[in-house]
Amino acid sequence: MATETTTPQTPGRPESRRPKSAATTPRHNGRWAGYRHLLLVRIIELKREPEVVFWVFIFPLLLAAGLGIAFRNKPADSASAVVIDGQGAQRTLAVLQSFGSSEKGASGQSSAGHSTSGHSSSGQSTIRAAILDRDAALKAFHFGKFDLAVEANPDGSYTYYYDPARPESVLSRAEIDAALQAGAGRKDAVATSSQSSSEPGSRYIDFLIPGLLGMNLMNSGMWGVGFALVEMRQRKLLRRFVATPMRRSDFLLALISSRLVLMVIEVGLLLGFGVLVFHMRVEGAILSVVLLASVGAVAFGGVGLLTACRAQKIESVSGLINLVMMPMWIFSGVFFSYQRFPAIAQPFIKMLPLTALNDALRATILEGASLGSQSGRLLVLAVWGGVSFILALRWFRWT
Amino acid sequence: MGRCEGQQQGVVAVSYNSTVGSPIQCTDLRKTYDGKVEAVRGLSLQIEAGQCFGLLGPNGAGKTTTIEILEGLLAPTSGEVRIFGYTWQENGRQLREWIGISLQETRLSEKLTVRETIELFASFYAEPRAAAEVLEELELTEKADAWVGKLSGGQKQRLAVATALVGNPRILFLDEPTTGLDPQSRRQLWEIVRAFQKKGGTVLLTTHYMDEAERLCDRLAIVDHGQIIAEGTPANLIDRLGGHHVVEFQVDRDAKGNGHDLELWRALPGVESVRDEEDMVCLNVHEPHLTIPALLAAIQQDGRRLEHLSTRQASLEDVFVRLTGRHLREE
Repeated sequence: MATETTTPQTPGRPESRRPKSAATTPRHNGRWAGYRHLLLVRIIELKREPEVVFWVFIFPLLLAAGLGIAFRNKPADSASAVVIDGQGAQRTLAVLQSFGSSEKGASGQSSAGHSTSGHSSSGQSTIRAAILDRDAALKAFHFGKFDLAVEANPDGSYTYYYDPARPESVLSRAEIDAALQAGAGRKDAVATSSQSSSEPGSRYIDFLIPGLLGMNLMNSGMWGVGFALVEMRQRKLLRRFVATPMRRSDFLLALISSRLVLMVIEVGLLLGFGVLVFHMRVEGAILSVVLLASVGAVAFGGVGLLTACRAQKIESVSGLINLVMMPMWIFSGVFFSYQRFPAIAQPFIKMLPLTALNDALRATILEGASLGSQSGRLLVLAVWGGVSFILALRWFRWT
Repeated sequence: MGRCEGQQQGVVAVSYNSTVGSPIQCTDLRKTYDGKVEAVRGLSLQIEAGQCFGLLGPNGAGKTTTIEILEGLLAPTSGEVRIFGYTWQENGRQLREWIGISLQETRLSEKLTVRETIELFASFYAEPRAAAEVLEELELTEKADAWVGKLSGGQKQRLAVATALVGNPRILFLDEPTTGLDPQSRRQLWEIVRAFQKKGGTVLLTTHYMDEAERLCDRLAIVDHGQIIAEGTPANLIDRLGGHHVVEFQVDRDAKGNGHDLELWRALPGVESVRDEEDMVCLNVHEPHLTIPALLAAIQQDGRRLEHLSTRQASLEDVFVRLTGRHLREE
């Protein structure tokens, strides 16, 4: 009798107390029955959650469409200037407008030979100009309706009001200066010619779509795993689950696997959208893209798991998730290149998982890089995912 | 993780486990939260197979903490738990196969159907019952394809019990299974519990409803401040405090006042015990419809005058009040 405490395999006594209905249940579950049901149920739940469908699938497409249209390759933003009303204002306006119209007639390539101004960074640019009285003009400039304000002085010189912090303003100053100098008879010293390039692959939308893909994998990984977990913990469903013989590892595995299923749909939709609507080219192998995305999805699933491993309330985990994601929204080159940040920050930025994922996706999708060449970035992702997962398991709170 | 202490005691216990194999047994359970709040203070229980055992007590008495320790969801600060003679530390996974649990406030996924929920829970057990059979038994077949979010309170509670029963458990743990339910849903749940018991299952439930404890439980432990203050069958508990009904009466003074009188009343049919309380005589009786006519006849025969007569039913509430000086439902 004394040894009974160490014989778990022989139900013995309890077996004899089994309710009689046991005889009518021939059913026998295999090792993976729990995992399969958990995964199935997770996907069914996601499917029945309209918000999930919107945020995971529709929202990124809307974002891509919106940004793609806003930054489509129209002729470079035309320079704009408001002329402050006064003596010489009409003449100044005429010079600026004639500069624009004379340029319009020129072809994409221009040369000093047959161009009156002969100086233009973009052969197609025009100048948008208007005359307003002094107050209105300065106000229009300050509020960004015009990028520059010009005042013709009585002595024939000009004063520019511009904002050195605004790239358009700086650009407009150069453009308008060129126009006014040309109008006053300046000749170019050197003949120049320009070659325009707006091939698929180098446009903003091409840069954007892999970044959105990475961001979407991060968002849905963090929310899909982190938020879902805390929500279940708050509902005491986790507690109910661990009161059954369910294997805890199966539960976590199913949660992460559900991310992979969604990932395939996310990647397909976003890339398909880019290809169909924006005629984007996927240079690398689709399989490489899917593999990269899988590693990314699982890595962010791990980070999501860690973020949510102890939080008791969805309010607190929402804050945590945003806190974790915010640096990556800013630094990881989703909407613009992270090269804009100071050189000293670059090594840190490159260690962020989203930076690694975005860089690897861009290299593969836009440049056709092989998976092997991305092994460093894959390693960064694997370390983030792996370390997060291990820490999450250690600290995880089921109740 | 704090479980080691319990394990140490478990090793010691092996030498005297003459009662090993009881579905539920615990000795000297203590649970202290954050080193100061003592939720359970030295609680011991032994529940036999096929019994429906109730933990009765006011809110905050430590019932839920106790049941969660027995379910292996909380580690006790000290003390030992054995389920069929096994400990949670050593045989936890195996024990999970043998027990079914309904927690006090689990919110199952609202966007799954009843059937999907049951199938999910069934998938966790090595040898579950057929989902359809459990749904039929709990009268949920009609709702099998309805989303959990659309169920009524009673249906949700039955579903919660269904998730416990689908694993084909030997022990059913129910933490306040009928709190907040309407009377009909409560009776339905009682039927389910009785049916489980009839098939040989053992039940441990907590409740703060008197009637539930009286009707459903074979044995009861009244818990207060983390300790058991009385234990027994419901009738036994009530009897111990004086019969199922109380008849209180008063006769004119000069005829009363000696032992002979008390003997007279005790001899009346159905009287369990007699107490002389100042001016009143209290009879604790089982069958007032037999006792009262006989009492009236005896008084008349003796030529006495009845000055007061009242009857009431003794309840667990009386038991509780007598034990603690407080009412059960008081916060």
